[in-house]
Amino acid sequence: MHSDDWNETSEIAVDMATGVSRREFLQLAGTGLFVFFATGPMAAFQEPSRLPAPPSYPTDFNAYLRIGGDGRVTCFVGKVELGQGSKTALAQLAADELDVSFDSVDMVMGDTDLCPWDMGTFGSLTIRRFGPVLRGAAAEARAVLLQMSADYLQLPSVENLHVKDGVVTCTKDEHKSVSYAKLVEGKRIERHLEKVPVKPVPAFTVIGTAPRRKDALDMVTGKARYAADMTPPGTLHARLLRPPAHGATLKEADTTAAEKIPGVRVIRDGEMIAVIHERPDTAERALELIRARFEPAQPGEDDKTIFDHLLKAAPPLQIVDEKGSLAEGEKLAARVVEETYLNSYVAHAPMETHSAVAIIEGRRLTVWASTQTPFPLRQQLAQAIGFAPENVRVIAPYVGGGFGGKSSSGQALEAARLAKVTGKPVQVVWDRAEEFFYDTFRPAAVVKIRAGVNAAGKLLLWDYRVYCAGDRGSRQFYDIPHQRTQSSGGWGAGNPGLHPFAVGPWRAPGVNTNTFARESHIDTLASKLGSDPLEFRLSHLSDPRMRRVLLAAAKQFGWKPASAPSGRGVGLACATDVGTYVATAAEVAVNKSTGHVEVKRVVCAQDQGLTVNPDGSRQQMESGITMGLGYALAEEVRFKDGAVLDRNFDSYQIPRFSWLPRIETIVIENPETPASGCGEPPITSLGAVVANAIFDATGARLRQLPMTAERIKTALQRG
Amino acid sequence: MRRNISFTLNRKPVQLTVDDDRMLLWVLRYDLGLTGTKFGCGAALCGSCTVIVDEEAVRSCVTPVKEIAGKHLLTIEGLSREGRLHPIQEAFIDHHAFQCGYCTPGMIVQAYALLLKKARPTREEIIQHLDNNLCRCGSHTRIVDAILEAAGSTKGAV
Repeated sequence: MHSDDWNETSEIAVDMATGVSRREFLQLAGTGLFVFFATGPMAAFQEPSRLPAPPSYPTDFNAYLRIGGDGRVTCFVGKVELGQGSKTALAQLAADELDVSFDSVDMVMGDTDLCPWDMGTFGSLTIRRFGPVLRGAAAEARAVLLQMSADYLQLPSVENLHVKDGVVTCTKDEHKSVSYAKLVEGKRIERHLEKVPVKPVPAFTVIGTAPRRKDALDMVTGKARYAADMTPPGTLHARLLRPPAHGATLKEADTTAAEKIPGVRVIRDGEMIAVIHERPDTAERALELIRARFEPAQPGEDDKTIFDHLLKAAPPLQIVDEKGSLAEGEKLAARVVEETYLNSYVAHAPMETHSAVAIIEGRRLTVWASTQTPFPLRQQLAQAIGFAPENVRVIAPYVGGGFGGKSSSGQALEAARLAKVTGKPVQVVWDRAEEFFYDTFRPAAVVKIRAGVNAAGKLLLWDYRVYCAGDRGSRQFYDIPHQRTQSSGGWGAGNPGLHPFAVGPWRAPGVNTNTFARESHIDTLASKLGSDPLEFRLSHLSDPRMRRVLLAAAKQFGWKPASAPSGRGVGLACATDVGTYVATAAEVAVNKSTGHVEVKRVVCAQDQGLTVNPDGSRQQMESGITMGLGYALAEEVRFKDGAVLDRNFDSYQIPRFSWLPRIETIVIENPETPASGCGEPPITSLGAVVANAIFDATGARLRQLPMTAERIKTALQRG
Repeated sequence: MRRNISFTLNRKPVQLTVDDDRMLLWVLRYDLGLTGTKFGCGAALCGSCTVIVDEEAVRSCVTPVKEIAGKHLLTIEGLSREGRLHPIQEAFIDHHAFQCGYCTPGMIVQAYALLLKKARPTREEIIQHLDNNLCRCGSHTRIVDAILEAAGSTKGAV
């Protein structure tokens, strides 16, 4: 448990700045037992505007659960379910601590009217940070209900009370029994989270199991409704005129032909030109009839020149971590290896494109949006159309994948602006080309590493510089006495002029790049020393959790020691992210004439501390491995002078069924360590493990992601 | 051309007056309100919009509605009968063969078309048949396992 979190959350006071007291909030929220809680220091989730939203919340908590007179437990959380299974895992945590059935827990998520403020769903934070606090709140609720039971049953203490499925029974007298529902019926009871002991691991009944996902039936029947499936009566569909390239400016647009189509309206609002119609395909046809003239963008970078540009334009390096002295390391090194690693821009490419429906009723705006950040989006919407934030409601219904790309939600702003101009509900669904054009790509990046070993083959020098990927995952975990890690420019915005288009968080931002570089370089050193890559890693690893996952993966894989290239096509990589440890082993076959790589088998071992739902964890591991093959082997955004050349899945290849390796996952049992992140870590080692396996197969070292057939052929010819 | 078009939709007769060159996807989603069929790419590259026309899987985003005149159309909404899920749907649930669920209707419908042709496909045949259906969440292994299981349990009962 994060003790500092508890201390911070136990000091709760109503913040009168909002003008809403707890009492007023409870009046709105109905009857039952309420437990309010917050995840971490208030400043971390304080809404920037400090403005209330009806039904308004006091700002001293950012989630709560309610046990109602019907016996149902409802948990109100501003997080969003993007497919990662958090709706199910969070319900498991609450059910276990409360001793109620999993089925009696309802999760209300991602709705700014129903849920308290939340910064957004990213960074594998949902279970890691939010989970412990939710458990605490549920345990608090249980403690309150036990005390109420003792009073109700006229028992001197809670000592002999046992709870199962929400029914409290006295173990000394089974006739003395009362349900949670009965206890709270018609009452309004309020508690805030205090320090309450949570269940010890052996007492878990729901945590550690894999119940049917709460959303399973909706998913397989087509009933799951995503933003584009919301069509309030009278909805109009909008298509927007887009520039051919980033930096191109509109000079003139002749919309006469478009306007001749019956029912089509052309809207000009500031720089925006949109066509709207009651049918999306008619709007699309009208858009095609607009004759627009753009002034081209200034000539700029392309996907080949970008790396030199990044090195020139990157802001100064900042020290991330430092140990010993590089000068001393240089002096002691008998052999130094210096290399540069590159990765290209990568798209999020969720199957659901950015979608939103906006409706204005009176002075209230409601937007259903595919977004990872409903609360920050509410703020942006309010600003965009000049409404007070309390008159804006954002609902993230089912969201068809995010991976970081739906942290930015421009489509919702477009829909809201058009709803305001037209007075009608407006739906904006980006087509695939718009999705590629406006994506906030994983940034192209450069890593330079200079590493040295002494005569005995011991690593003692590590000089690491990462440009434009961000420092997450850059810290060295191998034991090296003289080392320095520096980073320049993060993965996000904030470096104007650095990238030719928007960049942003992409599943484990920075870590994929940093892991590719580090683990490739470690393998390079091992190979130059004639060492077995497993043995070389182990001889520089003292962290017991990293050793454990590496040994587990190697054992399952059936790793046999040999120095690379052995011709077998096997590789290893280690990674750590958001507190989770990952080791991956892979086997590949490389066609030396075509450069085509078949990844035949991937074994991944992960230690994420407490595992809430083992099947959910395995699913995230399989997901990371499969998705990771894309950036390892194929995914790269081609562009020139501001134009994005990849516009659909014909040229931009994402992993397919035929790419599938045999996947084996190992979830390390470590229940006494708090749960860490699970959605991101398993993807981070894929670039490196495939690169290392390709080297082992062929002797060709690929230092640029993705490792396309073309690059592999070139590397093979280079020898 | 605007005209009357008749077909059966999920075993019920339907008559529409539409521009017959409109793509089926939009007619399904916004004229008929069947939103289980999804837009993903608009160019028959991802399979999110897959439906069954006369026992064949087709991409509704590139299929003009005139092509289904007089035919039998089946969408994800028509797979369960009398409240009972189809074995493929059951198997997708049992294997948790989805994450965000967006590609799932297309995957299930594509698998349905395969099992119509071949009740007991091999793993390789499933992979080949689904290779143009994209999933970004990486649920591929589970989808294959679910279809294998469904094929084992259907005994040709699709």
